[in-house]
Amino acid sequence: MTTMIDRNFIGHELPPHTALVEAGRLRLFAKAIGETDPVFSDEAAARAAGHPGLPAPPTMVFCLDMDVADPFGYLADMGVPLQNILHGEQRFDYHAPIHAGDRLSFRSRIADIYARKGGALEFIVKQTRVENQDAVLVAELRAVVVVRNPSGSAA
Amino acid sequence: MSRLDAAALRSLQAGDELPPLLTEPITRLTLALYAGASGDHNPIHVDIDFARRAGAPDVFAHGMLGMAYAGRMLTSALPPSALRSFGVRFAAVTRVGDVLSCRAKVVERVAAASGPLLRLELSATDANGDLKLIGDALVAVG
Repeated sequence: MTTMIDRNFIGHELPPHTALVEAGRLRLFAKAIGETDPVFSDEAAARAAGHPGLPAPPTMVFCLDMDVADPFGYLADMGVPLQNILHGEQRFDYHAPIHAGDRLSFRSRIADIYARKGGALEFIVKQTRVENQDAVLVAELRAVVVVRNPSGSAA
Repeated sequence: MSRLDAAALRSLQAGDELPPLLTEPITRLTLALYAGASGDHNPIHVDIDFARRAGAPDVFAHGMLGMAYAGRMLTSALPPSALRSFGVRFAAVTRVGDVLSCRAKVVERVAAASGPLLRLELSATDANGDLKLIGDALVAVG
């Protein structure tokens, strides 16, 4: 059975959510990615380097966007099984720094859905705007999720 | 590893490379820690039973772990606030045991109203030289 994603999802907005940038979470993230620079884990080192608090590593904002009950729920809504997806591309545009203590607001929409290889592969483009507690735009994210349709004609 | 000083940053030209980053071997613990820290709990990265049911021989790394390593390379050379944009395309799956080598090469200097920027070309390869991700970044050096 070919599972082509309904193109009516293009333009669909995901429920907005907020996430607090917690220092402990940043320390765990630094550990997970092997980041040993104390600027990312030690408040005093961060301040000595001129930061108002622990800075978020460049990809951390993507992770905070997953701080919802079901971060893959939008895929389930589109009928996409989790075992069929791959992360194809990810882009960040940075507008202002993110530090521990910030409260970030995320607004995402499905910007595009398109097929390749006769429908064997479908691509979901999700765009996200992130503002901080002062309503300052801090980052824009663009994710491309690849869906492998096992029954696509070129599969 | 220490950050490049302001003079070193300003002197970077097309063709120059940032100091590369060689990661630790990726273990199952790495993937478990990354799942917890990132909030990406997709079982395909930590649950071998799920991975096998999905047709994969084993669990494999989150693509974003590779991108986080590339980010580490950037912030090892530059202050995190210098990043203007950072994008990657994931080329192949990273597996347990892989060691990634992350590289950044200056493609061009760009004049912007806010000051000079460098456009970087990024890559991460495994020990066999197989490409795992390719990307680009724009960083402020003014």
